[in-house]
Amino acid sequence: MSKGETPTGAVPLLEMRSVNAHYGAVHALRDVDLSIHAGELVCLLGGNASGKSTTLKTLLGMLKPSSGEVVLDGEVVNDKPTSYRVARGVTMVPENRRLFKRLSVRENLDLGAYLRSDSAGIAEDLERVFELFPRVKERLSQKAGTLSGGEQQMVAMGRALMARPRLLLMDEPSMGLAPALVQQNFELIEQIHAAGLTIFMVEQNANMALSIADRGWVLQTGRVVLDDSAENLMTHPELRASYLGQSDA
Amino acid sequence: MIRTAGPRRGAPRTGVDWFLTFLRVAALTVIAVGLLAFIWQEIDADNPFARVVNPDATGLSGEQFRGLVVSGVAQGCMYGLIALGYSMVYGVLGFINFAHGEVFMVGAMTGMITSNKLADAGWWESNFIGSLLLIVIISMIVCTLTAVIMERVAYRPLRGAPRLIPLITSIGVSFFIQNAALVLLGPTAKAYPDVPDWVKDKHTFLQIEGARILVVVVSAVSMAVLWYLVEHTKGGKAMRAVAEDAEIAALMGINVNRTIVRVFAVGGAMAGLAGILWGILFRSVTHLTGFLPGIKAFSAAVVGGIGHLGGAMAGGVSIGVAESVGPLVILEPLGVSGVSQLRDAVAFAMLIGVLLIRPSGIFGERLPAEDRT
Repeated sequence: MSKGETPTGAVPLLEMRSVNAHYGAVHALRDVDLSIHAGELVCLLGGNASGKSTTLKTLLGMLKPSSGEVVLDGEVVNDKPTSYRVARGVTMVPENRRLFKRLSVRENLDLGAYLRSDSAGIAEDLERVFELFPRVKERLSQKAGTLSGGEQQMVAMGRALMARPRLLLMDEPSMGLAPALVQQNFELIEQIHAAGLTIFMVEQNANMALSIADRGWVLQTGRVVLDDSAENLMTHPELRASYLGQSDA
Repeated sequence: MIRTAGPRRGAPRTGVDWFLTFLRVAALTVIAVGLLAFIWQEIDADNPFARVVNPDATGLSGEQFRGLVVSGVAQGCMYGLIALGYSMVYGVLGFINFAHGEVFMVGAMTGMITSNKLADAGWWESNFIGSLLLIVIISMIVCTLTAVIMERVAYRPLRGAPRLIPLITSIGVSFFIQNAALVLLGPTAKAYPDVPDWVKDKHTFLQIEGARILVVVVSAVSMAVLWYLVEHTKGGKAMRAVAEDAEIAALMGINVNRTIVRVFAVGGAMAGLAGILWGILFRSVTHLTGFLPGIKAFSAAVVGGIGHLGGAMAGGVSIGVAESVGPLVILEPLGVSGVSQLRDAVAFAMLIGVLLIRPSGIFGERLPAEDRT
């Protein structure tokens, strides 16, 4: 499979089939189709209120679609709770990190592995997180709220990795971070992806996201308006004009 | 020290701010003058300053003072045990469960019924410790069930509603339980069976009654157990995670509803334990028993810093000691008459004082802006 090509044949890891979602009277998602295959790094782009976060909530089961199907490993999971999906390897790094600030860094990481009971595997993953983020190890007993923004981002990623996910959803990884940290963060995402993790990233910063992604979708007022390889999206005139123009500014 | 009270730096002081400052100063002055008068009185019974305001003041003997402190601590421990339930539920759901005092009453009632049955069977006298353990276990189970059913029936359907709605519901639940007890058991006060002498007797060490020692020891042990459960077990970690951010806790795979049920269960069990201790100490219970201790325990939770476990216990003991010692130590030297009836007034004055001077409580953290509405 060459970079950017939509994989065919294999069952997608996670899929949305013509999903509609509502917040009360607000029609937040309109017939959204997405499919994420094992091994991919894909991104969903869109401006404010385009439905990006709603998509993530629906994928994780925090919001029930009003019609359509969310399919995990070929199984329709519309009625399954979040914990069911987490136990099957779907985890999210939330927007603005959302650490448990009053809990210690160690406890935050432990909570990431909440559904697991294989203590040997958990210890192994903890070591992996320390390898990726040596800084986290130094801060283990500190309250998460006392860490700097960059450190919190590391703990948030570490917490998600502790679930030993197969698919990592990332909600706006560049949000609220200094530019240097954004760069570093995207390098980390690439690194984790290179280690074999499938990543679905939701971003406003389209240039940054497309520079590391294989494929992407562009969401506008709840509708998928573009679905293409990252290279094509980068040079897509419509995207450049309407969307990247804004986010470059 | 004073962080949350008072206007923001730079904002002009309004009339209300001046009034609150005046209140704070007045409250602190009353306490300071009363205390000074008391200390003076203790040094010299004929102290001229106290004579002016209260010619009949006699001061307290060392034994009287010790007695007040000891009974205050024991009472406060029970407030603390009840306060844990208020505080933990506030922690995860953000509302005050005013029906929690009634759970305590249900515990005291359960203890009254079972202990009388055991007394009829002759076990209460022959094996007091065994019987006590048995009624504690039964009462904790009954209270746990009461609290869990209360959550399932009254509060879960309101999940996601504005906080005022479950709060008002809890007042309704409180009336319901109180009146159910009235209908089932009648309006008269009901007595616990007589307790063995070692419980009633004052013991050599500090001349404290056995019952009060029992209350303090049992409270301390159960507090330690609870602290261990919340700080060092997986379930406890889940509780703290849900208290901080339920949405993200769910994302970790935590079953939020089950965790909330656990919080109610633990709070109920502690209230059940407090109910038995109350019964052993005062030996009398009515359907109204839950009201005043419930309100005081709520005050204790606020004084200690709501949502904070150690704070609930510290707040309970502070309120217990204040209401026991305060009337005679601060009010009497100031010339107030009939002070022993003012214990409730002192307890609630303390609540108001804390709200004026340090609204987040002794151990409380400053509330984030979005939580202050």
